[in-house]
Amino acid sequence: MRRIKSIPAKGLKTPAGTTARTFILTFFSVLFSTAMAVRRFPKPEFETNYIQPSTQIPVPRAELLAYLDVFVLLVSLSIVTWLILKKRSRLWVFAMSVFSLAYFGFYREGCVCSIGAIQNVSLALFDNTFVLPLSVLLFFILPLVFTAFFGRTFCAAVCPFGAMQDFFAFKPQALSSRLNTVLGILPYLYLGLAVLFAATGTDFIICRYDPFVGIFRFNASFGMFLFSGILLLSGVFIARPYCRFLCPYGVLLNWTSRFSRRHLTITPKECIQCRLCEHSCPYDAIEVPVTSKSPESRPVRVRKMMILTVFVPFIVLVFGYAGSRMQDTLAGVDSRVKLAKEVMALSGKQDAGYGMQDAGYKMQDDSYEIKAYKASGKTESQVYSEASAVVKKFYIGGWLFGGFIGLAIALMIGGRIMPVYRTDYVTSKGRCFSCLRCVDYCPVKS
Amino acid sequence: MPNRREFLNTLMRGGILAALGLLSVSLVLRSRDKNSCSNGFACSSCGKSQGCSLPAALEARQTVWQLDPSKCIQCGRCATNCVMTPSAVKCTHAYAMCGYCDLCGGYLKPGTKTLDTAAEHQLCPTNALKRKFIEDPFFEYTVDEQLCIGCGKCVKGCSAFGNGSLQLQVRHDRCKNCNECSIARSCPSQAFSRVPANKPSLLKSFGKESLEEAGRKGELNA
Repeated sequence: MRRIKSIPAKGLKTPAGTTARTFILTFFSVLFSTAMAVRRFPKPEFETNYIQPSTQIPVPRAELLAYLDVFVLLVSLSIVTWLILKKRSRLWVFAMSVFSLAYFGFYREGCVCSIGAIQNVSLALFDNTFVLPLSVLLFFILPLVFTAFFGRTFCAAVCPFGAMQDFFAFKPQALSSRLNTVLGILPYLYLGLAVLFAATGTDFIICRYDPFVGIFRFNASFGMFLFSGILLLSGVFIARPYCRFLCPYGVLLNWTSRFSRRHLTITPKECIQCRLCEHSCPYDAIEVPVTSKSPESRPVRVRKMMILTVFVPFIVLVFGYAGSRMQDTLAGVDSRVKLAKEVMALSGKQDAGYGMQDAGYKMQDDSYEIKAYKASGKTESQVYSEASAVVKKFYIGGWLFGGFIGLAIALMIGGRIMPVYRTDYVTSKGRCFSCLRCVDYCPVKS
Repeated sequence: MPNRREFLNTLMRGGILAALGLLSVSLVLRSRDKNSCSNGFACSSCGKSQGCSLPAALEARQTVWQLDPSKCIQCGRCATNCVMTPSAVKCTHAYAMCGYCDLCGGYLKPGTKTLDTAAEHQLCPTNALKRKFIEDPFFEYTVDEQLCIGCGKCVKGCSAFGNGSLQLQVRHDRCKNCNECSIARSCPSQAFSRVPANKPSLLKSFGKESLEEAGRKGELNA
């Protein structure tokens, strides 16, 4: 009771002692100054032998350890590649994926990762001030180089995300080839958006919506845990859903792998057409022989090719235009543009000339953004010119993003209408994760 | 037919590898010319303003997230927006700047009459800021890192009424060094930036005075 009584009713009306008087004075002085490091109170001169403690600054993880990660990546890539191409042992590949999940996943907590490195590389390309650590660059490059020579061995057992989902592929169901193709567009969208937002310095969406990092850290928002839970559980039936239908790095690996020098083959020798492997792939990455349809005649193929050469640029342009029209929506995500909108609403202007007219923007009068803007001493026009630079970037970026999606769709349609002819069961070099499940089904042993 | 396909494959593979090579060479060289020295921070390895040697440039490229207390407006988002719970941002006390006040703007709620350690008088919601009597009229304030959630309430009080010795800093023993710091994304004053890993602190000070010493000592202690 006594303590409650001692709290004055309002504000600072009852100063106690000399210190409090200084307190009041300084209170008014801060109203007019924003300078932070002001010595309002002198350094005390202690009479007792008090020793001032030193400020503890914890040191970050040693730089050298970043190169240890690169070393582990290199070694595990080499081992996994050897296991896949030479030893052809599913069990050992599985063991390696346990190691990768433990090291890159639970020990390194999913960071640094090759998937996220896409964003660092894109930002470094477009922003001179961004410092790209060499280790991150190597994380981006090394799996691609390995894939160019040996196929997607990175996906097989080095990527912790893939390893984690691989454990959940208990009852994989085959999806129709059409569904696979349509859902296969999603990674292109994700990649395009990730590069666009990273290159404009807006956001790193791959890291932001990473479903697995939260599991590795045992620490995430409820929404992200829900997302990763759904993803992992759906992975019981749709094997590796993230890798196949979301992973943006997978797009790069897919295209690199198509031109790989060597690649896992289902059979070590000749295919004997036993069909045992036909349903062994959880990822629908085995191409069945197409012999029933005889190869089309040359004029038909030429005509299709000609239609494609007209159709592809057309669809690229249409999508590019659509992308450029999305500049307002895309740029609206950027914090600099958001600030310009708030400042514009604050000043009551309809069009501040930074490329966007959003008069209906709901203004929070005392938002922290506005407070920080007022404290920073920036002028209104500075805010607008920053925003207009961002909007311009999104205009160009929108064209490129749209064009990229258009190209992906056009190539997919092209891939579906062009005739295929093959006699054997083969792995699709682009989509195969080299997990070696099919190898166990093949009765031909070397 | 197979020969032509193989040739095209080789050609494409060569193209991809060449593109990757070009990309990495350009990114590495760029860092050597510009990034590690003149942009954002001085390359601490060599001290020169431009054109340091390649190994030194590479060494200085490891970065960590840190927040600049002089830009911080204590909005409180550090406590809520970190991927870690509780946040990796915590209050750091730069003792060298502290006035050891009895009436501490960082410790006591504004308007508190009796200057004591009663819970209802404290600004800190988690009792992380401890007050200890040293000698008349000085009190020492220490931050209990286990309890601090990085809300910045004490920082706000200290920088408004005091010397500003209480400052928010990213604690690198807790920080996961995310690729994109989730607090940085929502920081209204853009106080977060990537700083060289060998100079991980951005504590402000009164000019040259002693804080650097304190920092160096701290590094030795840590």
